[in-house]
Amino acid sequence: MPHVLVVYTDDEPGVLTRVASLFRRRSFNIHSLTVGPTERVGLSRMTIVVDSDAPRVRQAVEHLRKLVNVLEVQQLGERPMVVRDLVLVRVATAPEVRSEVLQLAQVFRAAVVDIAEDSLVIECTGSLAKIDALVDSMRPFGILELGRTGAVAMARGTRTPSPSRPAVPLRTGAGPEAMSV
Amino acid sequence: MTQPGTYTGAQLIWESLIREGVDTVFGYPGGAILPTYDAMTEYTIRHVLVRHEQSAAHMADGYARASGRVGVVVATSGPGATNLVTGLATAMLDSTPLVAITGQVGSALLGTDAFQEVDITGITIPVTKHNYLVTRAEDIVPAIREAFAVARSGRPGPVLVDITKDAQQSRATLDWEAAVPQRHLRHLPAPLDPSVLAQALDLIRQAKRPIILAGHGIQLSGARAEVLALAERADIPLALTLLGLGAVPATHPLSLGMMGMHGEAWVNRAIQEADLLLAFGMRFDDRVTGKLKEYAPHAKKIHIDIDASELNKNVPVDVAIVADLGDVLRALLPEVPVADRSSWLGTIREWRGDSAVRDIKNLPDDGHLYAAHVMHDLWRLTKGEAVVVTDVGQHQMWEAQYYKHDGERSLITSGGAGTMGFALPAAIGAKIARPEAEVWVVAGDGGFQMTFAELMTAVQEGVKVNIAVINNGYLGMVRQWQALFYEGRYAATPILSPDFVKLADAFGIHGQRVETRGDVAAAVVQARAAGGTALIEFKVEQEDSVYPMVPAGAALHEMIRRPSALAETGSDPV
Repeated sequence: MPHVLVVYTDDEPGVLTRVASLFRRRSFNIHSLTVGPTERVGLSRMTIVVDSDAPRVRQAVEHLRKLVNVLEVQQLGERPMVVRDLVLVRVATAPEVRSEVLQLAQVFRAAVVDIAEDSLVIECTGSLAKIDALVDSMRPFGILELGRTGAVAMARGTRTPSPSRPAVPLRTGAGPEAMSV
Repeated sequence: MTQPGTYTGAQLIWESLIREGVDTVFGYPGGAILPTYDAMTEYTIRHVLVRHEQSAAHMADGYARASGRVGVVVATSGPGATNLVTGLATAMLDSTPLVAITGQVGSALLGTDAFQEVDITGITIPVTKHNYLVTRAEDIVPAIREAFAVARSGRPGPVLVDITKDAQQSRATLDWEAAVPQRHLRHLPAPLDPSVLAQALDLIRQAKRPIILAGHGIQLSGARAEVLALAERADIPLALTLLGLGAVPATHPLSLGMMGMHGEAWVNRAIQEADLLLAFGMRFDDRVTGKLKEYAPHAKKIHIDIDASELNKNVPVDVAIVADLGDVLRALLPEVPVADRSSWLGTIREWRGDSAVRDIKNLPDDGHLYAAHVMHDLWRLTKGEAVVVTDVGQHQMWEAQYYKHDGERSLITSGGAGTMGFALPAAIGAKIARPEAEVWVVAGDGGFQMTFAELMTAVQEGVKVNIAVINNGYLGMVRQWQALFYEGRYAATPILSPDFVKLADAFGIHGQRVETRGDVAAAVVQARAAGGTALIEFKVEQEDSVYPMVPAGAALHEMIRRPSALAETGSDPV
């Protein structure tokens, strides 16, 4: 069963490796992992979707909580949440099917973001199920290229504030040119 | 140009170590750490030059385990750093606070496969609590300060700080107060929950056959007095893990002895028959539980550990408390009812019967020397007051069975990782940490040959450790498994050794060989009296096995006992 975790971390080189390493060691398959900055400087937020049984996920969560770079781990799924995925899909569009593809895209409230002679790039945001459905509906026309961001999730209801950073951020790492995580 | 008020990164390393209270580091120089070694000459700090970096990590480990302080290792980049990995893993699995400082190639060369460049922070992620790649002098002090805080806090463990050569060479100011660490505080346990404590008390009140499982966490928490107070007040017997030996005195009337694969049969039986387990700072390792499905089937379980990830990991428990053990026990103690469990204790005493001495009594009187004799005599002759540092294998289990550890931090052994070659370097570290202690190495002929180059380190440093090499000509524990589970095919387990007496001579230390029981005592006396490090080779029965034994994957009560053919011929050597 897929479990959705939200992990707040320092925005530092190497953090992604530390987090990924915990799952790799336990032979978890990470379904998706997204990471990006938050409203606070120096704080990153990951959404991780993993497929495993609950006790093993609980163990992984406890191990995540031991990482020095991890400020907080939330296990969503224990409460209502919003999960969104974004897809860019390049669909083959011979002249006779182009209008049909455009209509289908409209049904999914997807946007056409690029048009070429023989293909369209469609962008769509939505739940994992909606994106799956869009992709399935495009498949008969011929999918030339497809990229998904993976899930970004947030609990519904009262806002959980992002954890605050300590007053003295520790700067270690390969310098400003390094990737953010 | 030297700017006033600034230090080189190399100086900042030593300034930080001294401020953290470090008096000794264990290390080996090399190109990428050379600026730091050059600066070392300006500081009053003892540097112990090892013969292999793995030993530096083990020495720091022994130093830390013997003293409770943080052990410090220094090594260069590339192979210097990778040689530390086994030592870091050993420290990680046994929760030893270490800080390893490694040199790294200049920051401009990172990622170019420069000479002696290895991604040591990448390599050591799984075997450290945390690690740092420091590329600027101004980041050195905050990184080292936080490294010590992380190594010490919560469940202790090793931390590695990798510092590029240019960071060691460039200059920065020293602002110790601005570098006060905070991130280690993120993961401190929540305050004690009174309702959870109440549940634990309820279980203790209801229990008829409780048993305390005493682990390494007792010593790490400094909770010996509290554990004994609770055990005595509620009249609860104590079973010890391997790393728990010494956490409470072996001679305490409530101390039953070691549990698990080579634990005492009556201890394992008591666990299997108990109606309440109180697990204190232990982690239900597979070596102590045997088959999980049949583990302590009648028992409710209370588990107290500072590491939340250990709770409900292997054994589901009824009450899980994430906290420092001493804090929990101090909160519980006043509420724990005074009890008299003489009937439960009497039952265990009956199971125990004469088997406490039976195994050693029943060793065949065939003129051969048995390792059990050596351990027993060593215990008697040192009055149980030595710090014993063991290697890994049969001798380790015999030591655990026959040397009764009363003192805290009196047994130092690689439990979780089972690292052969650990004993000699760890003993040197232990002796440096506690020069007043009598330190004994107990090692097998296999493990001793892995790191015996450190004899020269002991000589160079003027460190006296006494060494008992238990030589049976085999990698004995593996041979035992081959005998029991692989139909006696001794693949690659017979091992030749050098002439250990001549070896001792070559190192300039006292050496002797013992082949009969009658010579054990005199040899031990001579080794103790020798001015420096002394080595005794005990040529013991070649194909003796460790009993009792719970085969891997069997339930805890399914023990293999010493074959009766041997048992029937016993005299009384005790």
